[in-house]
Amino acid sequence: MTTPTPILRVENLTTSFRTDDGVVTAVDDVSFNVWPGESLAIVGESGCGKTVTSKSVMRLLPEYTSMIAPESKILFGGVDLAHADERTMRSIRGAKIAMIFQEPMTSLNPVFTVGWQLDEALRYHTSLSRKGRRERAIEMLRLVEIPNPEQRVDEYPHQLSGGMRQRVMIAIALCCEPDILVADEPTTALDVTIQAQILHLMEDLKKKLNTAVMLITHDLGVVAQVCDRVIVMYAGRVIEKGTVREIFHSPQHPYTKALLDSIPKAGRREHGKRLPTIEGIVPSLDDLPEGCRFEARCPLAEKRCADEEPDIVPHAFTERPVRCHFPLNQT
Amino acid sequence: MSLIRVDNMVKHFPVRGGVLNRIVGKVHAVNGVSFRIDEGEVLGVVGESGCGKSTLGKLIIRLIESTSGEVHYDGTEITHLGHNDMLPFRRRMQIVFQDPYSSLNPRLTVNALLKEAIVFHSIVPPSEVESHIDKLMAKVGLRPDQKNRFPHEFSGGQRQRIGIARALALNPDFIVADEPVSALDVSIQAQVLNLMMDLKDELGLTLLFISHDLKVIEHFCDRVLVMYLGYVVEEMNCLDIHGEARHPYTQALLGANPVNDPDEDRELTVLEGDVPSPFSPPKGCPFVTRCPLVESRCHEEMPPLVEKTKGHRVACWAVE
Repeated sequence: MTTPTPILRVENLTTSFRTDDGVVTAVDDVSFNVWPGESLAIVGESGCGKTVTSKSVMRLLPEYTSMIAPESKILFGGVDLAHADERTMRSIRGAKIAMIFQEPMTSLNPVFTVGWQLDEALRYHTSLSRKGRRERAIEMLRLVEIPNPEQRVDEYPHQLSGGMRQRVMIAIALCCEPDILVADEPTTALDVTIQAQILHLMEDLKKKLNTAVMLITHDLGVVAQVCDRVIVMYAGRVIEKGTVREIFHSPQHPYTKALLDSIPKAGRREHGKRLPTIEGIVPSLDDLPEGCRFEARCPLAEKRCADEEPDIVPHAFTERPVRCHFPLNQT
Repeated sequence: MSLIRVDNMVKHFPVRGGVLNRIVGKVHAVNGVSFRIDEGEVLGVVGESGCGKSTLGKLIIRLIESTSGEVHYDGTEITHLGHNDMLPFRRRMQIVFQDPYSSLNPRLTVNALLKEAIVFHSIVPPSEVESHIDKLMAKVGLRPDQKNRFPHEFSGGQRQRIGIARALALNPDFIVADEPVSALDVSIQAQVLNLMMDLKDELGLTLLFISHDLKVIEHFCDRVLVMYLGYVVEEMNCLDIHGEARHPYTQALLGANPVNDPDEDRELTVLEGDVPSPFSPPKGCPFVTRCPLVESRCHEEMPPLVEKTKGHRVACWAVE
């Protein structure tokens, strides 16, 4: 037995954007690993940097206005994606690492058939014949449980419902059997019964193809349902990491706990009561505080929190990484 | 005493097509919905997109006109009132929209946004308008000195507060809240829900709360209507929804909602297929294409919404 190695190692990823008001750092010193076959969730509220993290990995950020810091590393199969050239990226994107997006309505090209769009990825990344590619396209549509794939393959995106379009997106992403599937809010735009279908399908396919999934979401319910490990982000920083059980049952960062508490719970006991909230709003990225970024909203903040930003370090007892001077569960 | 009684509300939107732009069909948005809302009650409406829940909310306050059906507001039938007769009722019924980004005019300051309706309806004497606005701002948790700013200077949660302030400006007694927290982050969502709960208690408001999120509905509402393809399929007390829900669609909705507990090793209930198009709904029960309990009768006839136990109405042939 060999020791397992992560298939993707992100080290000190820092991504900034040039804006009219100067340089804004959207993702600040983010490190994590993705292991083969696992489901990793990156959660946080809007503007926390979760999407920028995923787009940095895919190198899908605008070329002239965004910068990945020179010390950042995104190691995948011996290549540093953070500084790879466009040609290398093209051979990896869609083949080894594939991505699905939030909006199934706008991420398919409306003027080409579903089959053509599936074929595009196969044409670039495989040596299959035209006939073979078409067969593969139909097979992929069948795999994502689209009824009548032989007929659907020649239809246009507008002929499909939202759930079906997201299935097509998944089929396109998986047609070259990638090692990692990056899913950026894949079910946010869908209704809950359709969301259940898509989550079920993704889990099923993950087992069948042994693809690692990096799920970007703000929905903690989805995380609890399908993920193994969780990274919590706040204002561009990773603030806590852990398994899904650890995060939900013993959150260490006050933000994680407050976020979990603020979701309405089912049942008589909580009905009609005030929800615990996090006061205030996320700090603006061009005006970040000196100290901890959560300090202004944190119920436990002390003077030290305002002066000095905590590092992400192992918790004294659990040894699970947390970025807080006064983490919870100290006893 | 119920404040609002809706009888057999129907809305069909015409669909035009062809060279001559004739009416070629209709979208069945709301199909004969009846219910009551008591004074001081929060009635939730839950359903997936396209089920007609927003249309229903707009029909009640006559933002759109119904095809047929009646709305009785405080004893008066309002669907046939003329413009002038409707005005006092317009003041009493307000709406908070889903998207705080597109529902506020970007060219007006918050002050102007709030002032418009106050002046039109002469809510307070002209000399007191400014102080009324200040009070409103404070009530929804904004600083009165922020009132000369434009909507883009506020965050999403703050904008939704402005939307709420605008609805409250006319001292209404009934508010339709159309997905008021769906566009907000979880932590902000909790803030806005708390605010609405406080205001409801303080001002004794009656609310129609429309949402696709069962968790929010369960937390906030007294009773709930479950809608599917323009029909109410179940109506019940919100506290009973777990365990007491009888309609297969309500059960599927409950089962499809992920729970925030990784230990609850529960398979999500997965309904096959999509919601049928309201342009050509299936014959019989609207849920017939996806229902696990389907019988031959379901294909023939829409089941009526019948009271099973007190306050609990279900529209399903399979439920005894």
